[in-house]
Amino acid sequence: MDPETKARIDSQIKDNRVMLFMKGTPQFPQCGFSAQVVEILNREEAAFGSLDVLSDEGIRQGIKEYSDWPTIPQLYVDGEFVGGCDIVIEMYQSGELGKTLAAKTT
Amino acid sequence: MSVESRMIENLRSALDPTHLSVVNESDMHNVPPGSESHFKVVVVSPRFEGDALVKRHRTVNLVLAEELRDHIHALALHTYTPDEWVSRAAEHPASPSCRGGSNAG
Repeated sequence: MDPETKARIDSQIKDNRVMLFMKGTPQFPQCGFSAQVVEILNREEAAFGSLDVLSDEGIRQGIKEYSDWPTIPQLYVDGEFVGGCDIVIEMYQSGELGKTLAAKTT
Repeated sequence: MSVESRMIENLRSALDPTHLSVVNESDMHNVPPGSESHFKVVVVSPRFEGDALVKRHRTVNLVLAEELRDHIHALALHTYTPDEWVSRAAEHPASPSCRGGSNAG
């Protein structure tokens, strides 16, 4: 990954406490998996930043390497990789996601 | 060999699953008939004991790295230990068996 892409990802994750790399936008998700994560974040009433990887080929490839994770969507909270769609759903169902999202809000 | 068969073979040999299902869900998506692009995988393995979800998924992603790189577009992934699998099954009791009361035929 080129340093410029890495720096852009770094700053996205740093600037947004909850950051979602997805296909499409929260209003118009272009993928069922991304749509599910958006829906869950909305149900948790979480404010989150998002980036549409379909409109940014550098980040689309770069984020996979950055996270060592082969698929989109990818959720970061407090700079830490949380997981993809299935993990977010399971954490939502177990209540763990709510705790993760609430943890450092002050 | 199909992508599906390779996935099954690789997961079996790497993870010793007590339960494994690989379902090709490509026909639910906007791809040509017969595609092998969208899969749902359920793996139950003692290897997941003590591992958080991200670590479990990373383990499976590594086993399927080649297929993910070359073929798979989307992967729904559900990972359980044998104990978790049993307690999950308990939440969804099997349908009761027939007691012979059908009047059909």
